[in-house]
Amino acid sequence: MRVVLAEDLFLLRDGLVRMLEAYDFEIAAAVETGPELTRALAELKPDVAVVDVRLPPSHTDEGLQCALAARRARPGLPVLVLSQHVEQLYARELLADGNGAIGYLLKDRVFDADQFIDAVRRVAAGGTAMDPQVISQLLSRRAQDKPMGGLTPREREVMELMAQGRSNAAIASHMVITERAVAKHTSNIFGKLDLPPSDDDNRRVLAVLAYLDQG
Amino acid sequence: MNATRGRVRGALLAAGRGLLLSVASLAGSLTLFVLTVLSIAFILLGIGLVTTPWVLTTVRRHANQRRLLAITWSDVRIPVPYRPLPKDVRGGFTGQVERTTLMLKDPATWRDIQWLMVDMTAGYVVATLAAALMIYPVEGFVLAAGLWRVYTDDRYWYAFVPVDSQASGLAAAALGVALFAAGVLLSERLLRAHFVLARSVLAPTHEQELALRIDRLTETRHEAVDTAASELRRIERDLHDGAQARLVAMGMNLGTIEALIEKDPAQAKKLVAMARASSAEALTELRDLVQGIHPPVLAERGLGDAVRALALRMPIPSEVDVELDGRAEAPVESAAYFAVSEVLTNAAKHSGADRIWVDLNHVDGMLRISVTDNGKGGAATGKGSGLSGIERRLGTFDGIMAVSSPAGGPTMVTMEIPCELS
Repeated sequence: MRVVLAEDLFLLRDGLVRMLEAYDFEIAAAVETGPELTRALAELKPDVAVVDVRLPPSHTDEGLQCALAARRARPGLPVLVLSQHVEQLYARELLADGNGAIGYLLKDRVFDADQFIDAVRRVAAGGTAMDPQVISQLLSRRAQDKPMGGLTPREREVMELMAQGRSNAAIASHMVITERAVAKHTSNIFGKLDLPPSDDDNRRVLAVLAYLDQG
Repeated sequence: MNATRGRVRGALLAAGRGLLLSVASLAGSLTLFVLTVLSIAFILLGIGLVTTPWVLTTVRRHANQRRLLAITWSDVRIPVPYRPLPKDVRGGFTGQVERTTLMLKDPATWRDIQWLMVDMTAGYVVATLAAALMIYPVEGFVLAAGLWRVYTDDRYWYAFVPVDSQASGLAAAALGVALFAAGVLLSERLLRAHFVLARSVLAPTHEQELALRIDRLTETRHEAVDTAASELRRIERDLHDGAQARLVAMGMNLGTIEALIEKDPAQAKKLVAMARASSAEALTELRDLVQGIHPPVLAERGLGDAVRALALRMPIPSEVDVELDGRAEAPVESAAYFAVSEVLTNAAKHSGADRIWVDLNHVDGMLRISVTDNGKGGAATGKGSGLSGIERRLGTFDGIMAVSSPAGGPTMVTMEIPCELS
């Protein structure tokens, strides 16, 4: 699987390259700046891009803007955005096109290589990887005005994991329950939140995220 | 027709106001002038030390009253030039002496006294004229209507018209009409002239304005330096107790791991996990710290989006409306951001609101921010409240804040900072 990586700090870029290579990814390009990233995305047509939000030369949200522009040019281009901080504002912009194949994670998540690589693969396959902190921000806001449609604590936990973009199998192994139990929980959740049921994993995640984001 | 009626009404209003002013000028200013002179003269006898601060404060109140009338009645702005009294004036007799000396040293005091003299003479005449032009014609009409009969034997002078018959009565009325017309044209201008006269004496001179500006700058600089110093202390403490301590723990763990890795791999693995947890916690702490120093969204996106991101984190649904075409300078953005953040936090904690609106725009070289909530109002603005802290911070940029929070709500906090966008 071919990856384009954009990160301006040498140590982090180097570490990410090593980690991705260790998990059998092919590094198509590892770049430092926004313009380089834009060029690499257009010319190399990678399977997935891993992008730092803040990039030179402007040191603003240049990485995010490049990624969004590239996705406008090529809808559904898988992009995993990394940042030192997560903002719902950015999450909202990334999810806005509804095409999936989007990840938004804190840089801390690279500490857990297995989970991080899992997130990269999921995004490359058209799925979603939302940082748990984004989800908990969304949930804590909602908790104030209305209880989440009467979800049980168990269902709430399933929903949080689902909103992060995990598959039923991953949720099952995380919670140490069977996949059948997870499936039952998810169909309950969709019933209680009044969301249209969907078999497509990714549509399902986006529906939950959109529901949470209504504020 | 309507325009004429409006002018007449305006002139009548000006005449009424002129009448009030003439009373205030003659009675108020004359009395206060006499009191001031006596009080200052009696300083030699000691009594003056007690009375002077009181008298001068009353004079200031009297002058401020006129400043207020000037802006509300004739749109004439007269700046306030008084030096603020230091907060730590001692009590008792020494305090009185100190207060008297300070007040007498303030050049604004002497200008006040000058103004009292001008006000009770020229000011009085101008104000009276504004009133007389509208009131005196009434007498002319009354004379023409029949009052002239009283004066058939002994002629009565209405201005320069001798009244002793119907014909001369009508002449008086004609003069009255002319005066009334003049009054309609002039009363408002005369009233304004009265205030302009007051401004020429009361407004601070250029030198005084500079002195006041320097006082203000010194004050805000002190506050800015204090705030910056206490911020640095807070950051130092946070780093020292937080990230730094965690890194020490991590280093220690790594040392132990090095020693254990061959002897006791299981224990070493446990310590590795602990070291990783420490590094994650250190990162979280650093992230919170950075958020408090200069929020990353602010650096990346500017004030508008930073406030939007802030609103998204609020427990109360908040609407943000931004009309800014450009970015302000970084220090201004930062001050504005933290001010909004503080106001929003206050609203979430105390207002009991279920909705908040934030408006940001830039008009006439002013960044204007208003935060409105539909809560129960009664926000405290006194010393020590969060809102007064905001005022101090904005002061560094010559920014101001106004709070309107009647009991029962809604609360509206408005902030203005002069700045350019680029």
